[in-house]
Amino acid sequence: MNLNFLDFEQPIAELEAKIEELRYVGSDNEINIAEEITRLQGKSRELTESIFSNLKAAQISQLSRHPQRPYFLDYIERIFTDFEELHGDRAFKDDYAIVGGIARIENMPVMIIGQQKGRDTTEKVKRNFGMPRPEGYRKALRLMKMAEQFKLPVLTFIDTPGAYPGIGAEERNQSEAIARNLLEMSELKTPIISTVIGEGGSGGALAIGVADRTLMLQYSTYSVISPEGCATILWKSADKASEAAEAMGLTAQRLKELDLVDGIVEEPLGGAHRDHDRVAQSLKQTLVEQLAYLKTIPLDKLLEDRYQHLMAIGNFEEKSA
Amino acid sequence: MNWFSKLLPTGIRADGNKRTNVPEGLWAKCTECRAVLYRAELERNLDVCPKCDNHIRIGARRRLDTFLDAEPRVEIGEDITPVDALKFKDLKKYRDRLTQAQKATGETDALVVIMGQVKKVPVVAAAFEFKFMGGSMGSVVGERFVRAVNTAIQHRIPLVCFSASGGARMQEALFSLMQMAKTSAALGRLRKQGIPFISVLTDPTMGGVSASFAMLGDIHIAEPNALIGFAGPKVIEQTVRETLPEGFQRSEFLLEHGAIDMIVNRRDMRDTIARLLAMLTHQPAA
Repeated sequence: MNLNFLDFEQPIAELEAKIEELRYVGSDNEINIAEEITRLQGKSRELTESIFSNLKAAQISQLSRHPQRPYFLDYIERIFTDFEELHGDRAFKDDYAIVGGIARIENMPVMIIGQQKGRDTTEKVKRNFGMPRPEGYRKALRLMKMAEQFKLPVLTFIDTPGAYPGIGAEERNQSEAIARNLLEMSELKTPIISTVIGEGGSGGALAIGVADRTLMLQYSTYSVISPEGCATILWKSADKASEAAEAMGLTAQRLKELDLVDGIVEEPLGGAHRDHDRVAQSLKQTLVEQLAYLKTIPLDKLLEDRYQHLMAIGNFEEKSA
Repeated sequence: MNWFSKLLPTGIRADGNKRTNVPEGLWAKCTECRAVLYRAELERNLDVCPKCDNHIRIGARRRLDTFLDAEPRVEIGEDITPVDALKFKDLKKYRDRLTQAQKATGETDALVVIMGQVKKVPVVAAAFEFKFMGGSMGSVVGERFVRAVNTAIQHRIPLVCFSASGGARMQEALFSLMQMAKTSAALGRLRKQGIPFISVLTDPTMGGVSASFAMLGDIHIAEPNALIGFAGPKVIEQTVRETLPEGFQRSEFLLEHGAIDMIVNRRDMRDTIARLLAMLTHQPAA
């Protein structure tokens, strides 16, 4: 398997290449080198552990956009059964950058909505690289209102560089589509769990992210602007993206410390792309637990908690009068 | 000075920086047509250029001062001040940027909220100070907006907000993004109470402010030719690699595409809003 190693993983890549080479030698040689391979595999694991125990924000940002990282559709087939996709905003178009539908998780019917990036070029173009247009957000809202109507919990999955900056998107009022979702989600009468599975880019992410529980995968990111965008504006140079990533603190761990997310779902050693099944299992388990808990909370309290939680976000000083 | 310049009458010579005999502050220049205007006259005209009708950007205090009746006025949330919880530093420290903006504007942050009356109709009015870090929304802006909503609910009076903002304040990172959700959620409560919210979009209203409370008004009013949108025109141009259509993301474009209810000249703003609010709250015509 070509793991598509990132630059900071090069030492691991070299070691893995050596292991591959040995395997090749081993197959047409009588010498038993299994022992050597095992030794090197151990070493590779240690190396991976050591590199991944000390990742910088910019490196996590790279991992969150890894081309082999599991996307929403990969999670759907691993976590849910009976998935029926529901299409369209009933007004303009079906936006393929957002996928939504009804499915079961451990037999419980739920509404699932998430951004979908494409794997190959054709798919990437079809999915608009996971950048939704207003009709995508309006489809999401339609499905959320349906979920409210039929008392289905809503699970959203965030993975987007941001809402699409395009001419048509502005003509159809991208701002309003995002704003509307924020308001409606804040008072949607059903439990909502939102999980950042990859890139949580700005308002385009938040537009499906107002929730009772916000989870992040270990190597996902969530930020007000991309590190590149932030660097261009504040540092006047896109080259400073890694400094911007660090300053914004867009990693799961940092955001958990700041109390902006409720939980972190651990990824396999080396990142989610190394083992799609395993990360999906961990996420499923967390979702099932959280759903079970949220279902015990009376709806009135759930909504009041959601509201008060939103109202409490912010840092400021207040002189007492 | 070369021979050609010498031929030109002094009035149209391009060496403008040498003209030091004009007292500072007496004259102003229109940011659009470049007409030189008598400042007192421009102010009487609410900073709308009498020559080309350009709506020159104005500060929060002046906005509220020209919008509200002289009495009564109570400021809301003035005791809330910004902190640099993340110790954010780009080319400058966020703390230093705040201090600088506070000195330059005389405001503590980018939103000013005052409870008062507009032509005797009680109202909570909020206005952005664009000169305070581009009118960006951080925790203080979000909190003051929520207090404005809560005050409107408490007194059962309408809310009006004049937006002028580049969007979320990057120096507050995810906290600023979350202000979008916070402010929008607060408007949900206002809606439940049946209290009107008029959102006035002035130049510019972009990004996180546009994509939250500014686009959640019962009525959307824009000033003429204001830049209003989600993504900035430069970003869009770089993404789609096409020239943007004429008037793209301007008020008139938004009106045509159904995003706003009306475009109102600044000089008619007070009358129009007072009239609308009086009807929405079932009060007799003035």
